[in-house]
Amino acid sequence: MEIPRHWRLNSQRYALVGEVCPHCQIKIFPPRDICPDCGREARESFKFSGRGEVYSFTTVYEAPAGFEENAPYTVALVKLEEGPMLTAQLTDLGERKTSIGMPVEMVTRKLRSDGDRGMLVYGYKFRPRLSAS
Amino acid sequence: MTASDPVVIVGVGLTPVGEHWQTSLRSLGLQALEGARREAPGLQPGAIYIANMLAPALSGQAHLGALLADFAGLRGIEAVTVEAAGASGGLALRQAFLAVTAGAHDVALVVGLEKITDHIGSGLAAAMMASGDSDYEAAHGLTPPALAALRMRRYLHEGHAPQDALLGFSRAAHAHAVSNPYAMYRKAIRDEDYRRAPMVSEPVNLYDAAPLADGAAALLVARASVLTGAHPPPVRIRGQGVATSPVALHEGRDPLDLPAARLSAERAYAEAAVGPADIHVFEPHDSFTIYAALAVEAAGFAARGEGWRLAAEDRIGPKGTLPMLTFGGSKARGDTGGATGVYQIAEVVLQLQGRADGTQVPGARLGMAQCLGGSGGTAVTTILEAG
Repeated sequence: MEIPRHWRLNSQRYALVGEVCPHCQIKIFPPRDICPDCGREARESFKFSGRGEVYSFTTVYEAPAGFEENAPYTVALVKLEEGPMLTAQLTDLGERKTSIGMPVEMVTRKLRSDGDRGMLVYGYKFRPRLSAS
Repeated sequence: MTASDPVVIVGVGLTPVGEHWQTSLRSLGLQALEGARREAPGLQPGAIYIANMLAPALSGQAHLGALLADFAGLRGIEAVTVEAAGASGGLALRQAFLAVTAGAHDVALVVGLEKITDHIGSGLAAAMMASGDSDYEAAHGLTPPALAALRMRRYLHEGHAPQDALLGFSRAAHAHAVSNPYAMYRKAIRDEDYRRAPMVSEPVNLYDAAPLADGAAALLVARASVLTGAHPPPVRIRGQGVATSPVALHEGRDPLDLPAARLSAERAYAEAAVGPADIHVFEPHDSFTIYAALAVEAAGFAARGEGWRLAAEDRIGPKGTLPMLTFGGSKARGDTGGATGVYQIAEVVLQLQGRADGTQVPGARLGMAQCLGGSGGTAVTTILEAG
C-alpha cells in the first residue's frame, strides 16, 4: 500500500509544486534538487499554474492493475506553460475530440484505488481549458 | 582489449520463443546455456552474466546468478544478474566483455532468460511499468503500449507521415521470421493486415506491438587465444557503447529523439572506428515499431523523421540497403523482456558466422545490435565483426 510514498508526493500531486533553478531560471517538475539543464543545485520551490497544452495523447483500453475501473482512459503528455512536460490522464472530455495542441488545465482527481479496502490515491489530471485566461 | 587477442563470441544457444508452460525458468535458462556450451565444448566458463528483468515480480524469483550456476552444474563460479529493463541483454554482454578483457576470466557465459506467459491478469503491465518512472508515469496509468503510442502519434503528426508509415517494419519482421525456427510467429503478413489491425493504444495497433513470451538465449564469450577444439567461427566484439537518459518520456528534451541510443551508437562507432555506412546488418529494439524507426534515426542511418521510409520503401531485407530484423525482431520472433537483448546479439552473431539460413545477408562482416531499456532510458550498442 505504501502510504508514506504517496504522502511524500502530496504537494506534487495536489498542487503541482516543483522547483525553479536559481542559476539558469528554468522551471523544474517534478522537483529533483539538481537542475537538469545546468547541473547545479536547485531547491527553490515553485508552484505551477496548472495551465498547459496536449503534446500527444492515447487511449488505454487494457488497464493495468489498479486502473481497471477507469478504463478506457486517455493519457497524455502535457506541456505546462512554464516549460516542463509531464504525463497525466485527461478528464472531463465529454464528447470532445482530443487533439495535439489542445489547451488544458490541472484538476485533482482519483488516480487509482487498491481494491475494495485499499488506499485511494488522488493526484493531477488535466481537463480541456475553455476560457482564454 | 588488445587487437591481437580480442574478446570474441564463439557459441550461441537459443530456445524457441513461445508459451513454455511445461518448462520452468531455470530449465529454460539451462537449455540455452547448454546450447551455447555445446558449440565449443573445450571451454570452461569462469563466470555467468544473467540478463533478466521480470523474474522477481512475476515468478517470485530473484538471485538468478547463483540459482542458474548451480542448476547448470557450474557450482561455485562467479555469477550475477544484470538488469537494465529491456537492455539487460546488451549490458550482460558488456559485463562479460569487461571481465574477459581485464583478464579476470578467460571464458564467460551470458544467459538471457525470461518467463512471462505463466502469468495472467493485469499484474503484467504493472511489472513492465517498473521500467518506467513509478511515481510519475506508472502512477498515472501509463502502459508500455501507451508510451509507444504517445511517441508514435507525435512522430506521425510532426513528420506529416501516413497512418501506416510504420507498416514496413512489421511486414519485414514477419517475412524474415518465416525461416527462423526459434520465432514465435512464422507467417508473412499482408499490408492490409496491418491497415485493418485493431488498436492496442491508438495509434499503436496489433501489428505495431511485439508479443511478450518466454525464452532464453545464451552466448559463450572468450578471449580468442584460449579457443580450442572445434567451434564455429568466432565473432569479435569490435565496439560497445552504453548510455543513459531520463527514464520518464516526459523528462527528455525531445520525445522524438532517443538520446541514449544516439550516444551509445556514437560511443560504439568510435571504439570500433567505423560509421553507419560500414554496418551490414542492424538489429534494433522493436518492442513497438516506433522504436525501430527512431533507432534508425538515432544510429545515424536516416535523418530525423525519415527513419520510417527505409522500411516503407522495402530497403531492410537481407539484400537491401540496411538489412534489419533479419530473424523477425521482437515483433515476429517474440519479445522476451530482459532476455531480448541476448537474442538480438545472438542473431547478429549468426549472421556474421554465415548461419542465418533463409535471411543470410550476403558477405556480412560488420553487424550492430542496439538494446533499449524502458522507453529508451538505457541503450547499449554492440558492434560485432566476423572473424
